[in-house]
Amino acid sequence: MSADEDLAGCGTTVRPATDADAVAGVPPRWVALPESTQDVAAVMRVAAAHGLAVVAAGAGTMLHWGPPPERCDLVIDTCCLNEVLEHASGDLVARVQAGVTAESLTQVLAARGQRLSVDAPAEGATVGGMLAAGSAGPLRFRYGTSRDMLIGVTVVLADGTVAKSGGKVVKNVAGYDLGKLFTGSYGTLGIITEAAFRLHPLPADSRWITAVVAEPGQSLLESLAASPLEPAAIEIDRPGPREPVTVSVLVEGVAAAERAKAVQDLMGMDAAVAEKPPAWWARLPGEEILLSARGLPAAVTGTLRVIAAQAERLGLAPHVRGSAGAGDLLVGLPPESDPAQVAAFVTAVREETAATGGRLVALALPEAVGVDFWGPVGALGLMRRVKERFDPERRMAPGRFVGGL
Amino acid sequence: MSTLQRLTERLSEILDQDSVITDPVRLRTYDCDGLTYHRATPGVVVLPDSAEQIAAVVRLCDEYGVPFVARGSGTGLSGGALPRTDGVLIVTSRMRRILEIDIPNRRAVVEPGVTNLAITEAVRDQGYYYAPDPSSQQICSIGGNVAENSGGAHCLKYGFTVNHVLEIELVTPDGEIVCLSEHDPGYDLLGAFIGSEGTLGIATKVTVRLSRTPETVTTVLAAFDDIEGGGRAVSAIIGAGIVPAAIEMMDALAIEAAEAAVSCGYPEGAGAVLVVELDGPHAEVDHQFAEVDRICREAGAFEIRVAASAEERAAIWRGRKSAFAAVGRISPAYIVQDGVVPRTSLPEVLAGIDRLQEEFGIRVANVFHAGDGNLHPLVLFDDAVPGQGEQAEAVSGRILDLCIEHGGSITGEHGVGVDKSRYMSRMFSEEDLDTMQLVRCAFDPKGLSNPGKVFPTPRLCGEVPGVRKGVHPLVESGLAEQF
Repeated sequence: MSADEDLAGCGTTVRPATDADAVAGVPPRWVALPESTQDVAAVMRVAAAHGLAVVAAGAGTMLHWGPPPERCDLVIDTCCLNEVLEHASGDLVARVQAGVTAESLTQVLAARGQRLSVDAPAEGATVGGMLAAGSAGPLRFRYGTSRDMLIGVTVVLADGTVAKSGGKVVKNVAGYDLGKLFTGSYGTLGIITEAAFRLHPLPADSRWITAVVAEPGQSLLESLAASPLEPAAIEIDRPGPREPVTVSVLVEGVAAAERAKAVQDLMGMDAAVAEKPPAWWARLPGEEILLSARGLPAAVTGTLRVIAAQAERLGLAPHVRGSAGAGDLLVGLPPESDPAQVAAFVTAVREETAATGGRLVALALPEAVGVDFWGPVGALGLMRRVKERFDPERRMAPGRFVGGL
Repeated sequence: MSTLQRLTERLSEILDQDSVITDPVRLRTYDCDGLTYHRATPGVVVLPDSAEQIAAVVRLCDEYGVPFVARGSGTGLSGGALPRTDGVLIVTSRMRRILEIDIPNRRAVVEPGVTNLAITEAVRDQGYYYAPDPSSQQICSIGGNVAENSGGAHCLKYGFTVNHVLEIELVTPDGEIVCLSEHDPGYDLLGAFIGSEGTLGIATKVTVRLSRTPETVTTVLAAFDDIEGGGRAVSAIIGAGIVPAAIEMMDALAIEAAEAAVSCGYPEGAGAVLVVELDGPHAEVDHQFAEVDRICREAGAFEIRVAASAEERAAIWRGRKSAFAAVGRISPAYIVQDGVVPRTSLPEVLAGIDRLQEEFGIRVANVFHAGDGNLHPLVLFDDAVPGQGEQAEAVSGRILDLCIEHGGSITGEHGVGVDKSRYMSRMFSEEDLDTMQLVRCAFDPKGLSNPGKVFPTPRLCGEVPGVRKGVHPLVESGLAEQF
């Protein structure tokens, strides 16, 4: 039977793809709309029988991240995997299908005074997409990234095998943690269909303490990060290389107002205390051209200087934003930036920040830029072996990940 | 000459004489870890001093097809460091250097043999500590913590080893030295390695996150008539949106044992005690303490003590931390169990444990991390009474069944090791276990790194289908033909 016939008969809605379904410019032939893990498994078995290359897609907010797939026959759209399966508020745990959006999960959890302590990167982003991209926002300083909140996962492999690891209890060391492996894997190992998370109580009160400085001193950032006032986030925002830097600190808890005053003292009297976040809080600083500059917290101001100097040299206007506390910055560039200059910028910043242990990775780049997304990758040999075991035929988002995996 | 003997002869190429143990009497001192009823005398023990030496030993194992097991301080409670009689035991006790303390970046780099507590001691004066705190923290090694993804009483608020390790240098099962960093792009092999119980290689250098010492710590001891009262208090505390650093509970039998062992002076007549520790900024902790105090009274606490000093805090914790060893005072033998249930299922599961006690005539003392539903039932028996050991074993297994029935786990922090591999298929399907073992096959296709642990049946890794490069060796040597 043809792939068309088999897909039509697999029990899941499969429609012909349109131009709007393209993955980073690569158009698929079909889009499947599964409603359950079993549906995904059935579709994947057909894909395996016909050697189809498969890309999983959530809301598509980060689908353009990473290099384009080498091949893409079938998109598995998780839009109908949209059920919050369980909110065990007494256990501070929730189980969801991968296509649940961050907003709808936030609403469900907030109704019982809880939250998932991971910031959504964009409106509409799905839980599955956030996991596949390994996304994290300001709260990562205190809570870590999505991998740190994930306690259980169900995945479907390239051959249709359904596997789970972890569970729905926070404390659990039985077996390997496949959730960690799949988080941030860009869909190259299989498809995440369900996830269980540990939750936190919604903070009783929150304050943002914000100050604008010409250039933040490393000592200020370090004293904030080291403060026993327990900030939940320490963010910076710099809209351009010659612009001043906004530093914003979040404190959460019953005594947030009182602690905010103490943070204000640390930051200087120009700092303002607000009950709402700055408008840019937890938003990506770029769309089509977006880079991640990660490294040691103490290297943040150095990285800011490198970015500004290279931008001046190359005539670019990078917007830098991110967690100064965690040493995790994002750099956005206007979409109209000259591709050759962007490539030179990526290479130069990558080389200069490497001296202090930094890594510059491109999240999103137009094809015309033509520079390596990843930079040096440690342990690539092991990663290749993992990929070969999980997806020996290279059908899961082929080419979208490090080393061309 | 056996393969192991031939390998042993070649160890002198790597290690000096006093770093290789072959004397049967000395070998026997390594025949078990903290789970003492599984024993096996290792074929040979090596005491390497560096990652390079470990890599060289592992390469020899790879060459001869000899299994190897890594061991830190040997405090594990699931037999994860149980040696192989036909293999090499690689002990990291000589690798105890703290290599770097980097306060501006809040991290420290240590060798795998460094004890958990030694890290905290090295940075305490500067206002930092290492958060994961397994009960054995005075002696357990960081390498072992990495292997087991160790938790501790305070992981309710602060998470586990995996949330506090930023980088690992390891020796892979084929003897390569590889670094896994949280900053590296690519698969989160760091996260997959932590908690893999020594089956994916040996950690040789570990970079850990240092946490800021909290501004204040308040430790509360609340005594209840019965375990139900304590349970109500725990639910209400979580329900009030408070995440304490720790919430621990002990039942009457556990209290009796602790009292006999360390005279911890817990309130007389308590059917259950709750230890609640709150930490953080003063203003938050003051508020939370008022709430916890009110909640405990409403739940029926008849006495509440608050530690006003480090000494008083230590006194409250002494009973709890000594509980495992203390049951030795009230029972000739015991099994320490480690199961997890969703916290809200605690009352039902405890009632189930009560029924098991009656059914089997076996006493169970309950100690648990109540905040996250991690139970440590201590199953008491007399090994001099024929059959009682088996009965205790049966009760212990049935407790795990209860945990699984309620959507929990067979181990919260002690690991699977040899002890629980047979329970893995009750919690996971064959597909789940096979998929996990794909990771094993990627790291260790020959299955030489701590074999026989974690998985009930090893997966034969075989070749990766579809990626064969060149002519198959069997074809090349004329032993097979390909059609």
